[in-house]
Amino acid sequence: MDGIHDLGGVQGFGRVQHSANSLSYKPVFHEDWEHLGYSLLFLGAGELGLFNVDELRHAIERMEPRQYLVSSYYDRIIVGVASLFVEKGAITRQRLEELAAGAYPLALPLGPGRAANPPAIPFQRGERVRVRDEYVDGHVRMPGYVRGKYGVVVHRTTHEWPFPDTVGHGLPSASEPTYHVLFTTHELWGDAADTGTVVVDLFGSYLLKA
Amino acid sequence: MNDHSRHAQASAAVRAVALKNALEERALVPEGYVENFTEIMQNDFDPANGARVVARAWVDPQYRELLLSDGTAACAQFGYTGVQGEYIVALENTPALQNVIVCTLCSCTAWPVLGLPPDWYKSFEYRSRVVRESRTVLREMGLDLPDEVEIRVWDTSAETRYMVLPFRPSGTEDWTEEQLAALVTKDVLIGIARPGSPSHQPRVKQ
Repeated sequence: MDGIHDLGGVQGFGRVQHSANSLSYKPVFHEDWEHLGYSLLFLGAGELGLFNVDELRHAIERMEPRQYLVSSYYDRIIVGVASLFVEKGAITRQRLEELAAGAYPLALPLGPGRAANPPAIPFQRGERVRVRDEYVDGHVRMPGYVRGKYGVVVHRTTHEWPFPDTVGHGLPSASEPTYHVLFTTHELWGDAADTGTVVVDLFGSYLLKA
Repeated sequence: MNDHSRHAQASAAVRAVALKNALEERALVPEGYVENFTEIMQNDFDPANGARVVARAWVDPQYRELLLSDGTAACAQFGYTGVQGEYIVALENTPALQNVIVCTLCSCTAWPVLGLPPDWYKSFEYRSRVVRESRTVLREMGLDLPDEVEIRVWDTSAETRYMVLPFRPSGTEDWTEEQLAALVTKDVLIGIARPGSPSHQPRVKQ
């Protein structure tokens, strides 16, 4: 989904508001409701088995873009988790609005999702690959900045996971390994970048042999 | 936006509590579940865990080898396992290579060894810029690396969760593991700082 969340490489943002080693890890939460985002996520995803974490990521991506941009991080988690509990029929939006005594915006409707298409022969470390030049309406874990780009495999995982474009829509999926693919910033952005390298963790279904 | 937008939107705090209450009304929240998970997030997930892993790798070559070949198993030896830490890969720095971690699409982080991600890591500024302008972003945050050092940014876009294994600073040859671990901050594990080079003040003027 070519949404506002796909921020890698977007220009115009200012300084990161942080100086190295200037912060203590504690307190972990800065407001007394912030822990509810993750704890209710894992209530739904683990304890109740109503949805999975890929669906949560996609629910947040489905937020109306202006709302996404003005909401705090933990607020986006709350909106995503609330959306899934409503979509799965566990609670109603009407009840949320009654309890909140105000509007309770949720994610925009879910699209269809798609099946995996992993390579017939797994890629090897050192192999040159190209990210498929394809556009996906639903959830996808391929940041837009690598679409169509060439890179080199530096690692193939020893574990396998279900395909995000499928499970992110609540559909069952077979599992596949992912590949750590190394790109130069020159390949990704030409001269309009600092010199360096970027490694992206990509499902084989996103890749072609170069 | 939608037909609900004519009502004022309730604040984030009010909506978060309303969600919990709506779930409790349907008896979907087991007693103590939220409190227990919050306790784990606040106390069990801690960058001090990653620091202990790094210190052990610095003093024990066999452990270092395990960490670099099977980070999950190496972290599990300390009991550092759990959600968002099921497949851990340690990224080895050298004097000529600085690894840096980001999640451009959301906020993915190796919770059990790094702790929950800090606000700056989840910011639009870091997510958008560090992949494309890594050297500039690091310099602005206080790590000014010479051009000979390659900066390699790892975008956490699937299930691998990364931690940076920094190189051991010189002059620490007779230090204990505990002393060494104290050099390894959360920012060192993310890769925007190097151990033993305190940079509490940004070197670039605001």
